[in-house]
Amino acid sequence: MIRFFDVDRVIPFMRYGKTTTTISLGTFIFAVWALWAYGLNLGVDFTGGTVMEVSYSQPAQLDQIRGSLESTGFKEVSVQNFGTSRDVLVRLPVSKSANAAQISEQVMATLRANNPDVVLKKVDFVGPQVGKELYDNGALALFVVAVGIMIYLAIRFEWRFAVSGMIANAHDVVIILGMFAFFQWEFTLTVLAGILAILGYSVNESVVVFDRIRENIRKMRKASIPDIIDASITQTFSRTIITHLSTQIVVLAMFFFGGEALHNFALALTIGIMFGIYSSVLVASPLLLMLGVKREHFLREDKPKEGVTADGAQV
Amino acid sequence: MNRYPLWKYLLIGLLLVVAFLYTLPNFYGEVPAVQVSPLKTTQQADEALLKQAEAAVLAAGVKSDSAFIDGNSVKLRFASADEQIKAKDALQAALGDRNTVALNLLSASPQWLTSIRALPMYLGLDLRGGVHFLLQVDMKAALDKAAIRTQGDIRTELRNGKIRYSRIAREGNQVEVKFSTRDQRDAAIQALSRAYPDLNLTGRDGAEEFSIAVTLKPEAERRIQEFAVKQNIQTLRNRVNELGVAEPVIQQQGVDRVVVQLPGVQDTAKAKDILGRTATLEIRLVDEEGDVNAAAAGQIPFGDELYQSRDGYPILVKKDVVLTGDSITDASPGFDNNNRPAVHINLDGKGARIFKDVTRENVGRRMAILLIEHGQTEVITAPTIQEEIGGGRVQITGMDSPQESSDVALLLRAGALAAPMTIVEERTVGPSMGKENIAKGFNSNKWGFVAVVLFMIFYYRVFGVFSSLALAANGLFLIALLSMLQATLTLPGLAGIALTLGMAIDANVLINERVREELRNGASPQAAIHAGYERAWATILDSNLTTLIAGIALFWLGSGPVRGFAVVLCLGILTSMFSAVTVSRAMVNLTYGRKPRLSKVSI
Repeated sequence: MIRFFDVDRVIPFMRYGKTTTTISLGTFIFAVWALWAYGLNLGVDFTGGTVMEVSYSQPAQLDQIRGSLESTGFKEVSVQNFGTSRDVLVRLPVSKSANAAQISEQVMATLRANNPDVVLKKVDFVGPQVGKELYDNGALALFVVAVGIMIYLAIRFEWRFAVSGMIANAHDVVIILGMFAFFQWEFTLTVLAGILAILGYSVNESVVVFDRIRENIRKMRKASIPDIIDASITQTFSRTIITHLSTQIVVLAMFFFGGEALHNFALALTIGIMFGIYSSVLVASPLLLMLGVKREHFLREDKPKEGVTADGAQV
Repeated sequence: MNRYPLWKYLLIGLLLVVAFLYTLPNFYGEVPAVQVSPLKTTQQADEALLKQAEAAVLAAGVKSDSAFIDGNSVKLRFASADEQIKAKDALQAALGDRNTVALNLLSASPQWLTSIRALPMYLGLDLRGGVHFLLQVDMKAALDKAAIRTQGDIRTELRNGKIRYSRIAREGNQVEVKFSTRDQRDAAIQALSRAYPDLNLTGRDGAEEFSIAVTLKPEAERRIQEFAVKQNIQTLRNRVNELGVAEPVIQQQGVDRVVVQLPGVQDTAKAKDILGRTATLEIRLVDEEGDVNAAAAGQIPFGDELYQSRDGYPILVKKDVVLTGDSITDASPGFDNNNRPAVHINLDGKGARIFKDVTRENVGRRMAILLIEHGQTEVITAPTIQEEIGGGRVQITGMDSPQESSDVALLLRAGALAAPMTIVEERTVGPSMGKENIAKGFNSNKWGFVAVVLFMIFYYRVFGVFSSLALAANGLFLIALLSMLQATLTLPGLAGIALTLGMAIDANVLINERVREELRNGASPQAAIHAGYERAWATILDSNLTTLIAGIALFWLGSGPVRGFAVVLCLGILTSMFSAVTVSRAMVNLTYGRKPRLSKVSI
């Protein structure tokens, strides 16, 4: 049997509580600062505007393309390589004119006049109103997911679990957002979808640890709460690492083979998975302790129940 | 204890077979095809059309592999893209005047699969290439237009009732009618409220004037807005039919928006042009008495408007509209007696009557035909009325080329929009990009799967093999479900498949770790397996439910490709719970369940 982790010796996670809380707080503050100082590099989905991907059979002359577009009247055009030297990304800010949708046609006409072998690969045009709606809906989705999960945890466990689980995951989300702000990676709808998926996914982690804490509270009658939490984390640690490793393997495959479109999506997932482990082990559980979880919270209500589900899942 | 009853094995086997069958069509690829559908929605694709299409193709020297009726269209498959193009041209020439002829791709899966409704997954535009438009209907314009109609109605009503008024003016969607005496005003309110119950009539007393402020009642406004969207969708449908797109999607979204998806369309400029046009035709009388030169200098006579004719001459046209494009039932390109390009127009009954009256009363005068497009009005032609024109057949000349006359005819035939629309979102994906996206998504899945399988087998040995097979089953179930439901698969959706595979393995890790723990605690192998599966189940349920919450919220609030991701995420969670627990358990039971004295398991 291959074992990455020796689970016979309990690791005293809670003793490091101060250190880990400090680290968490540090990263969290850094992320908030990055968000405040740099702001998210919102993609065209949210800001509105036009983004075009074109490709040439020869390496593209960016300066020439930029020059001809500027002389056609597109003053605020951004032209850059994308993936390879033959692929070009043209970005135009949102336009007030009524037929903004025609911009991409005019750009293509200009590019074709310059070099007939240009091929249009993709156009995303989003009007300002639609961009704002997508943004609002995204924020609403984030909120709905957070509240939904909290309600679920509160029903399934207890409010202290719900609160600490949610803070731990909000911490993850803020850190992902902070990283995206700091490195100015483009924040698109797909990235948002990734963050929401990771929110659901990393709550799993807290659920598994919480499940075990609940089980051990009943089993380990003489142990103190911090000891119980340490034991629970230690016992589930192997599974935590293996699960995240396998998910990360898939995400890496996406990162390397998924192309530009999935690049930032995979990045968001990677950060989410890394911090998901950290936060559920080292943020959620100390918080639980701080909120004053007690043995009585579980012993009382569980007496009449029987059967597998009632006595809580165990791993 | 680790035995399933026979029916459970059979059920799992049956489900796997069904899933396999419905996954199959995805592996056959696609063949080029041409699809012919009648332009008029009232017409059905029937055997006669099928025979005509086959004959037309044969006459062009192309042989179709199969031809059949599917829904409201006739579809013909071809062996190569060359033959497909040739056949399309032949069909366009033979049947194009009454039918939409469009290139399409059909699944190459055998007939028996199609007959059990096993179809390949429905690919989103980001995977198959095409255009997605979101159009915003300008509701304010719809209401303004209604106010213009109201204005005309009031004028007619007051005239018929012989009620004298001093002025009718319109400001936005409000109409104001002025009178010199209170009695006239009150008589008008009475007459109008009887004739037009949809109107809000508010009397106002001024110093020397008495007036009525006329607005539409809220429910009438709502009806007009609903109607505007419906009418625009119908018009878009007609226009898209003219474009010849195989499987267009035209749907209302929200209160005032329309989604148009045109898979496979490559000439986006043309599509945008035709869809975005808000061409309306108006027929008005030319003001012969007005001074054109003075008007050009800024002194436009009251009740007139100054426009440019095609040749660049200014022309004074009366504001009163004789007829609008709404009265047009058909328009076709052609030539006049002098062989100049022309458009032949047929008017509906009411339009024909009005046209007859107006031409009779205005013989010798000129009539202007105006095309309003993108907010710009142009006088196409201003012929002199030679005689009374009855029967509703009108010929318009003044086009520059046959191409232009056929464009104008198309726009007129496709009908007028009830209100102008603007494109507020466009997503175009080129065909090569679609193929690339499929390859990328597929590769992510392939390598992700291979790596996870290697890792699981390395770490858990035989149980790793079971977990991997369960994971493969999960993939099979997921693809089968997506194919059956014909849910739209997008690139984020493909990423979602990979992600759910990565996350699905979590359930097996939970089980395997639990079994190991039971073994460490001294349980017998059989008992450890049993306890491992039983006890891991609740945790699996819990942890998947939280992801399901996220998936449902994404589906609810997401749009387009993100929604595709949400569908895959939700379905993947459901299939993974089944396959990770039940399918892997079946394999474990089959392998170990029959050995009562099992002393060791490979985990």
